[in-house]
Amino acid sequence: MINFILICSLLFLTFSILAISYRLVVGPSAPDRIQALDALGVNLIAGVAIFSVFLRSVAFFEIILLIGILSFIGTIALAKFIERGVVIEHKRSE
Amino acid sequence: MNTNVPSELLPVVLIFIGTIFCFLSAIGLIRLPDVYTRSHALSKGSTMGVLFTLIGTFVFFLLEEDYFSIRLFLGIFFVFLTAPLSAHVITRAAYRSNVELAKESIQDDLKEIMIHRKEKHGR
Repeated sequence: MINFILICSLLFLTFSILAISYRLVVGPSAPDRIQALDALGVNLIAGVAIFSVFLRSVAFFEIILLIGILSFIGTIALAKFIERGVVIEHKRSE
Repeated sequence: MNTNVPSELLPVVLIFIGTIFCFLSAIGLIRLPDVYTRSHALSKGSTMGVLFTLIGTFVFFLLEEDYFSIRLFLGIFFVFLTAPLSAHVITRAAYRSNVELAKESIQDDLKEIMIHRKEKHGR
C-alpha cells in the first residue's frame, strides 16, 4: 500500500520533470531556461526525499540540503550574469 | 499492525499531495504564455509541493523510527527561504534584459520607472 503510493508519487514527479525538460529545451529566452533548471533542482530534492522514505534510510538527508544550496547558488549566479554581464564585479576607480 | 498503519499512511499521503502540486506547477510551466506568469506558477506551486514532500518525509521518520533529523529540518527551512527569492531574482533579470511580456497583458507600471532611471543614470 505505502510502496504503491510512493511509486505513484514518483511517477507524478517523473511527469513533471519531463514537462520541465520540455521548457528547458524549447524555452524562448534565457531566463526561461534558468527557471526550468531551478525547478529541476527543486523536483530532484523531492525525488531524493521520496527515495529515502522508499528505502527507509536516513543517509540521504545531506544530499537534500546540498542540492538545495547548490541549486540556489547556481540560479543566483546565472541571473546575475544575465542582468549585469559579469558574475563577480570588481571595484573600478571612477 | 492494525494500529501501525495510519501513522505510516499520513506522511505518505502528504508526500503524494506534494508531488501532485509539483505536477500541477509543471503543467503551468508548459501552458502559460510568458516568463513572468510561468514564474508565478512555478515558484508558488513547486515550493509548496516540495515543502509538503519534505515535511512528509520528516514526519515519516519521526513517527516510524523516532529519528529527529536536524539536517532535514534545515533543508526544509532553506528551501522555504530561497525558492521565492530565486524566482524574484530570475524575473528581475528577465525584465532588465528586456524579455517581452505576453500579448494579453494590459498594464506595465515598471516601464516608466525604468525609462526615468535610464535617463538619470545614463545606462
